[in-house]
Amino acid sequence: MSHLEFTGVSVRYGHFTAVHDTSLVVREGTTHGLVGESGSGKSTMARVAVGLEKAHTGTIRLDGVDITDRSRAAKLGRRRVQMIFQDPMAALDPRMPIGASIAEGLLATGRRHNRIDREQRVRELLDLVHIDPARASENPSRFSGGQRQRITIARALAAEPAVLVADEITSALDVSVQGVVLNLLRELQAELHLTMFFISHNLAVVRYVSDEVSVMRGGRIVEHGPTDTVLTDPTDPYTRELLRSIPVMGQPLDLSDANL
Amino acid sequence: MRTLRTPQGIFVLVGLVLIAAMTVLGPLVFTDAATARNIGDRQLGASFAHPFGTDDLGRDLFARTMVAARLSLLLTLGATAISVVGGVVLGVVTAVLPRPARRALSALIDILLSFPWLLLALFFSVIWGATSSGAVLAVGFAGIPVFARIVSTLAASIANADYVHVSRMLGGSRLRTAVRHVLPNIAPPVLVNTAVHASVTLLSFAALSFLGLGVQPPEYDWGRLLNEGSERIYVSPMAAIGPGIVIVFTGVVFSLLGEVLSEKRTRAVRALKGSERVAEVVPSENVVDVKNLRVAFRGEDGELVERVHGVDLSIAPGEVVGIVGESGSGKSVTAMAVAGLLGPEASLTAERLSFGEIDMRRPLDTAARRTLGLEQAMVFQDPLSSLNPALKVGRQLTEATEIHAGTKRGEATRRALAALALVRIPKPAERLEQLPHEFSGGMRQRAMIAMGLMGSPRLVIADEPTTALDVTVQRQVMRALRDAQRETGAAILLISHDIALVSGFCDRIVVMKDGVVVERLAADDLDRAQHPYTRGLISCVPDMTTDRDRPLPVLGMVDEEEVPA
Repeated sequence: MSHLEFTGVSVRYGHFTAVHDTSLVVREGTTHGLVGESGSGKSTMARVAVGLEKAHTGTIRLDGVDITDRSRAAKLGRRRVQMIFQDPMAALDPRMPIGASIAEGLLATGRRHNRIDREQRVRELLDLVHIDPARASENPSRFSGGQRQRITIARALAAEPAVLVADEITSALDVSVQGVVLNLLRELQAELHLTMFFISHNLAVVRYVSDEVSVMRGGRIVEHGPTDTVLTDPTDPYTRELLRSIPVMGQPLDLSDANL
Repeated sequence: MRTLRTPQGIFVLVGLVLIAAMTVLGPLVFTDAATARNIGDRQLGASFAHPFGTDDLGRDLFARTMVAARLSLLLTLGATAISVVGGVVLGVVTAVLPRPARRALSALIDILLSFPWLLLALFFSVIWGATSSGAVLAVGFAGIPVFARIVSTLAASIANADYVHVSRMLGGSRLRTAVRHVLPNIAPPVLVNTAVHASVTLLSFAALSFLGLGVQPPEYDWGRLLNEGSERIYVSPMAAIGPGIVIVFTGVVFSLLGEVLSEKRTRAVRALKGSERVAEVVPSENVVDVKNLRVAFRGEDGELVERVHGVDLSIAPGEVVGIVGESGSGKSVTAMAVAGLLGPEASLTAERLSFGEIDMRRPLDTAARRTLGLEQAMVFQDPLSSLNPALKVGRQLTEATEIHAGTKRGEATRRALAALALVRIPKPAERLEQLPHEFSGGMRQRAMIAMGLMGSPRLVIADEPTTALDVTVQRQVMRALRDAQRETGAAILLISHDIALVSGFCDRIVVMKDGVVVERLAADDLDRAQHPYTRGLISCVPDMTTDRDRPLPVLGMVDEEEVPA
């Protein structure tokens, strides 16, 4: 069981409320997509889930255990929710070999690994994300953007997370590399039965990986449902506006009503 | 270490060797000469036998200066070490503590910093007494706040990096994070500051000893020698100037060492080498005419690396052309060359590179600059960095026409209002009075477009104008671009990584990869793309109709090596 449940979560920065009383469930073994534009509060949802922000009200439960407070159970629970960041450049220590970065992920399992186990595990993980394990001692600067993102995925997997939170993980990548990372996520999902909370501003990408979709605007979820229903038959006017704004390959942009 | 081969690097290297030799050999070689009293020769001026003269007891001052090197430098290094170690510990601890403790500690550092450094050193030397070890402690402790401030600022920027967040999310303790992530990443700038600080420390010892608070007789360091020499400065100037020279020399070497360590130089490249013939521009109907454009940049090892390999591009009046490519394809460099915005670090050659009648390969004269200012407009990806944050939007809009076309203030304002209205910015009169940060991202981009409309534009270059924006805002910006184009008849060069956007907006598409144009297509001919890269670009992007049960097609030649397709 790994079931991540946001109940009535609000997040405030000073007087500004980024997320208003929002509830959302990421079901076991599925991918829940969260779409929204900048400032909609979608990244705040990711950050509050992993403890980088504090919820002002509401709870976040992992398999029924509240992971928002300061208790030991909450702390251990939070480690089972791991996040992949947007910019793989910033998410890897430039002066730490990638093998050591991935080994850091093993800390979260709470088990002690001796050196041989650790190296063995790092090799397996690199293999899983299709990076040559022999390159574990190289620094991040020796890898391309797409490879770096796969390394951060390996680090997150090292923590054996119950839920993986992916925050805009392809938006800093070139389109051709984006496909490689998305394919890897699909593959891992099939192999490891990952539960994933996938956040992006790109509707097509969210549609491609998600089973369920929530659309967020101004800190609230305006629409939610199975991916096909929400994206083929949206009920909320904002979702429709979003869908209409996506440029379609080979079709002239319809700009006639692009006002404010 | 390429910097060591520069004149500055050689000076520092030689200087360090001299200083090391003084420290190690000085007392061994000169102790006898420095202690030999010779009352007959007392208080002599500079001579060949005694370059700095002699003191009251007839001891050779040059020998004494050399002997004093060891003590002076040991004191300096000791005090610098105390400052650095203390500062690093205090600074790193400050950066990784929880918020209330962090605030308290950094307030303490701020308070300590508000006292002049020398005052702190004097205060401490009163506590620890006027001995050489007391002086080391005094100067060392007085330097701690300076370093703590530098380190805590550096560490705070690292502490907000994603990889530090990750480390904490994975359950790493604060101490572990500090040691594994923060320290290695602040080490280089701290090293640089250490070298500079050593030079300051050296001077402050000289100052303390000069005031009689540092080293006490019979011990002596450079400061003491300076002190004693200064009493006779009118009689035999070298007695004071000699030790002074050595102090200044050592200080300069340390300072320069810091500079050399921090240096990263970009060397300007001379464009258009003499051997190359500059062909006359053949007048052409096109707004932009580029033939065989090559641009190279100086790489890290100093070698020229060509990034654009012979690109041809022509844009007819009023035409809308898109360049599509991924990062490193050379699309932006090509656009910058057309706009004449490549800096001196780029080396550019072309058979033809013209905007209207202007040859963009040559240095531009005033008339050409004026024409460019009025007829060419740029919209960059990040509108915050292309608008001046401290100037009202209205002033920035009117500036170009007032300078280049000599338009009167009132007329310029009237045109600015019209331009803002054209790009659909509501309440243009109020908006003119605002600063850029009061605009949203999409509005700033539209203001940039409006700025382009102020002259008589023949070309608008838009480099990833909507990449930083949301899709709904992207539509508004693209609409503003289209309206601007229809209103003025200007051509548009749109640079983007998004082939769907480009195909929907442009008449023609140019696909670039690794600095080469791989394909040219009419926008409505996308399905007839021949080149595998173009076809890959079209198919590898998921859209709203992609089959979700199959893996995405992957471009074979991208993302290198070991990825199984």
